[in-house]
Amino acid sequence: MSALLSVNGVSKRFRGLVAVDRASFDVAEGGIFAVIGPNGAGKTTLFNMIAGMFPPDAGTISFASERIDGLPPDRVCRRGIGRTFQIVRPFPALSVEDNVIVGALLHRHDVGDARARAHEVLRRLDLYDKRGQRASSLTLPDRKRLEVARALATDPKLLLLDEVMAGLRPTETDRMVAILRGLNRDTGLTILLIEHVMRAVMALASRILVLHHGAAIAEGPPEQVIRDRAVIDSYLGVEAIGA
Amino acid sequence: MIARLLEGISPRALLMLAALLLVLLAAPLFAGDYLLTVLILILYFAYIGQSWNIMMGFAGQLSLGHALYVGLGAYTAAALYVHYGIGPWLGLLAAVPVAALAGAFVGFLAFRFRVAGVYFAILTIAFAEFARVGFDHLNFTRGSAGLFLPVTQFTHNDLWNLRGHPAMFYYILLAATVAALIFCRALLQSRVGYFWLAIREDEEAARAAGIDVFRYKMLAVVISAGMTSFAGVIYAFYYNNLFPEQVFHILRSIEIILGPIVGGIGTLFGPILGAFILTGLAETVTAALGALGVDIPGVKQVFYGVCLLFVITALPDGVWPWLRARIGLTERQK
Repeated sequence: MSALLSVNGVSKRFRGLVAVDRASFDVAEGGIFAVIGPNGAGKTTLFNMIAGMFPPDAGTISFASERIDGLPPDRVCRRGIGRTFQIVRPFPALSVEDNVIVGALLHRHDVGDARARAHEVLRRLDLYDKRGQRASSLTLPDRKRLEVARALATDPKLLLLDEVMAGLRPTETDRMVAILRGLNRDTGLTILLIEHVMRAVMALASRILVLHHGAAIAEGPPEQVIRDRAVIDSYLGVEAIGA
Repeated sequence: MIARLLEGISPRALLMLAALLLVLLAAPLFAGDYLLTVLILILYFAYIGQSWNIMMGFAGQLSLGHALYVGLGAYTAAALYVHYGIGPWLGLLAAVPVAALAGAFVGFLAFRFRVAGVYFAILTIAFAEFARVGFDHLNFTRGSAGLFLPVTQFTHNDLWNLRGHPAMFYYILLAATVAALIFCRALLQSRVGYFWLAIREDEEAARAAGIDVFRYKMLAVVISAGMTSFAGVIYAFYYNNLFPEQVFHILRSIEIILGPIVGGIGTLFGPILGAFILTGLAETVTAALGALGVDIPGVKQVFYGVCLLFVITALPDGVWPWLRARIGLTERQK
């Protein structure tokens, strides 16, 4: 399979602090790729560069064989990359349905078509019955799924998920894992996720990248990465191997 | 198109709307000169409130300088009439683009350089003030001496030149208010409307959902400014005199926004209801104080202010959302 997203030697510094240090990796089309690492490892910074929040200081990012580094977020999204925010950002005063319609209108001009697409997405994310509620009235797990729904409604080829499992109870985590796995399997959607919840990472990821102090210290299939000495020392800890 | 516009409005609401429209249509037949003047003022503010609401209520951009667009519309049409004898309807063809262009300029400066929130609001005040000072020194519009439209004793209503009885202005403003209401509803139900609400709610999230935030904010300002300028044209031909000190004054801008705030920002009917409440309140206060024989300077303003404070404290979302629930109508949740 060819690489859908290709990150080459990307670096970013903030006032002398190196947040991301020459990170390189490829995300294969149709795969689920996880980026893990301790807090402050540069995961979200890396993510924000892909999503266009700010350009990298060095290196290139290509999506579907075209350079996207330096493009603003809306144009990145229109190229086919949907994203969620670590701290969820639904449109609070809008209904659940309208939140998703906004996403669906990106590639649709008719509101009726967008609503049909929104309903489809809402069903997939178990939010259809709550479509009339205001987004601000939702619980955190629901809001997390709404965040995914809105991004999904933009018809992305690649979905960027920034800690969508954080703060979820194990049953909620399993529900999200099942939904994401179903999406990947049924629609061939490529997923790049940042995650701390190893239970979810192990259940989903076909490949894992480990960041530490902004640098990639390991990359490979899950079984291989979690046995990597450097990864255990810097992030997982010895107990995790048994998990 | 019509089916789409009516979608989601209950028969009850339509009936009430039709009844209200009938009452307003018949009003000049029964209203005396004084009441007609008040009604004209109400519709004037309802229309501008609706225009301002597109920027603030839909797209979330606070303009405290909408007097700029009223003034530009008024001066453009009035100057064309005074200098070249060009009637107000043709003048409108110049007034709307002038105001829209001014809106585009303010918007471009602000949105291109990421001036947002209160800073954006201050920028809008600044441009209205520039205009006030600038027009004071503009000879073409007679500067601070004021621009006067020739007033002749009217024997008949001249709709083409907007010379005639106040009832004519009343019907023009009623038509404009109805048109603005329908237009705003159509906007809210369109793709643009959804994008505006998204931007209002969370600009960053809107951008991440692929929305070209700059473009849609510009669109909101341009549409709002253009619509507002029409009210300016009517203002010029109704009052027949324009002074920069009056039309561009910040108090005019504040007057414009009070209606939608009291009625309910972001709602379709809020600006209309707000105009009725505020103008009605002001006139009632004046009448009541007059009846009581109170003649202390400023007491009217204080009383008006207290009433306003009460309404805003009791109903921070505006009167319309509250009233709507009371009379059992639902406007689509936004």
